[in-house]
Amino acid sequence: MRNGVVADTAQQADQPVAVGRLQAKFGDIDFAPAELMSSDDKRRGQISVRVPVEKLEAVMRFLRDDRECAFDMLVDVTCIDYLDYPGATDRFGVTYSLLSLAHNRRLWVKCFVNDPDPEVPTMTGIWKGADWPEREVYDLFGVRFAGHPDLRRIMTWEGFGSHPLRKEYPLEGRGERENYPVFTRRSA
Amino acid sequence: MIREEPGGDRWTLNFGPQHPATHGTLHLKLVLDGERIVRCVPEIGYLHCGFEKLGEHLDYNQYVVVTDRMNYLSPAANNLAWHHACETLFGIDLTPRCKVLRTLYAELARVLDHYLSVGAAALDLGALTAFVYGFNEREIIYDLFEEACGARFTTSISRVGGLFRDIPPTWPAAVKANLPRIGDCIEELEKLLVSNRIFIERTKGIGVVSHDDAIDWSLTGPAARASGVKRDLRKDEPYLCFAPGWDGNGSSPVPFKVPIAQGGDCYARFLVRLEEMRQSLGIIRLLIDNIPPGPVNALPDEKLTLPDKREIYFSIEGLIHHFEMVMTNRGFTPPVGEAYGSMETANGELGYYIVSDGGRCAYRARCRPPSLMNYQAFSAMIEGHQISDIVAVLGSMNIIAGELDR
Repeated sequence: MRNGVVADTAQQADQPVAVGRLQAKFGDIDFAPAELMSSDDKRRGQISVRVPVEKLEAVMRFLRDDRECAFDMLVDVTCIDYLDYPGATDRFGVTYSLLSLAHNRRLWVKCFVNDPDPEVPTMTGIWKGADWPEREVYDLFGVRFAGHPDLRRIMTWEGFGSHPLRKEYPLEGRGERENYPVFTRRSA
Repeated sequence: MIREEPGGDRWTLNFGPQHPATHGTLHLKLVLDGERIVRCVPEIGYLHCGFEKLGEHLDYNQYVVVTDRMNYLSPAANNLAWHHACETLFGIDLTPRCKVLRTLYAELARVLDHYLSVGAAALDLGALTAFVYGFNEREIIYDLFEEACGARFTTSISRVGGLFRDIPPTWPAAVKANLPRIGDCIEELEKLLVSNRIFIERTKGIGVVSHDDAIDWSLTGPAARASGVKRDLRKDEPYLCFAPGWDGNGSSPVPFKVPIAQGGDCYARFLVRLEEMRQSLGIIRLLIDNIPPGPVNALPDEKLTLPDKREIYFSIEGLIHHFEMVMTNRGFTPPVGEAYGSMETANGELGYYIVSDGGRCAYRARCRPPSLMNYQAFSAMIEGHQISDIVAVLGSMNIIAGELDR
């Protein structure tokens, strides 16, 4: 039962095309292309590349505009806090999930940034759809997006003060409702 | 209402967060010139409950209860998408019976979702009848879910590698008996709305998104397909019964058509949803007679799926197996790595990006909600329209606050 490759078979066939194009164009970057799932023998066809933060914007623009890559849709922007992750060296992995509608291929681009001032350039100039997910990452992880037109908190409120999806933020105990002053009609 | 600048003609108006037409807590800050919207800034987050944080503290089966609360119009679709991502991580291939049942649930959930979104869109424009008609049929589908899993609304229907339980033997007959009635209502909605002059005038040319903008704004689902973007994960990255050879014997994928419209306006989105319901019912009709026999849970020996309740109660091995799964110092042992699994739900691509460090809970459980990505295009769609068009566009985009804010 455990032999079939799970789902997402369509994108597997010629995945390295985009990686090859990247390596040809940006020879000085080590993209470290790898399957998202590296420790397993089964291939899932989900390839990720690492991009240093200085080159991120150029690489992303190339990925969208190059006709053989043509990643015209930014499916998602998210972040992973690798603080407690076994073997991790960098802390914040900002992860861009790209999709090429023409080639029906996906690519995950990871950009690692660290404390004390995690900052990556914004992608809103390349894909409009980067607007809210970047705000979400800023809100929940505290990674700033340089050049974002409207970098405000989106899920929590202005003045919340911390970034709840960071690993040092506990599940319970901080930001609880009971810790806030109660306003009634009379006291407000 | 606040006058934006002294002596100016622009007014600022808060729309929501408690407006009945927002179907949840959506808040828009509008700058108005008369009734025309000059600028619109959506403020979201009123329903933020930290679902992704919870995902790091609940194991792969427990978290399914939280996914119910995301898109609460079609909870089953969220359950299936979550476990689809989990199974991509674990590398589990499902049994044919499970695949068919999951496909049926997913399509029933799609019909469930579309009935409400089409009905509510009409309700907001003053057509109460369509809403009530849609809700009648939703009631039937709720009953079907109740018969299959015991819950009408928060189904929590799937588990890693299978389902919460097998269907009762009477279920396929119950679905078949109710299919004609569910299908008839689509025609009734069509008669009520498709050539209704008021409805057309309120929706045609309103909230237009061009093909390129839809891609640029990361729109998925009916919102993208109404703008002519030809993409449906069921066809493009097929899963379950939509994948070729899904039953291991070279079965062809379940046939269906992906409806596309060119208008990109509220009316086009409405038409796409109607046709998607028809196609979903077609899929159900094809599969309901051909549910293969066999187990619903894959890999009973690999300690990934919960054993059958009879085994737990009547054999010591089953009991140990059960405890190994549910105790907090035991549980899942997934491979270390990351995986992305996504499904075409009623609103678009619902994806989960799971990072695993080998523990029983996910290290990170990112949800890519279609509503969030669709809603960010809203201010661009609405600017230049009238106040009354807001409800038309909101209704046609089907923004679900639970999934939007998580």
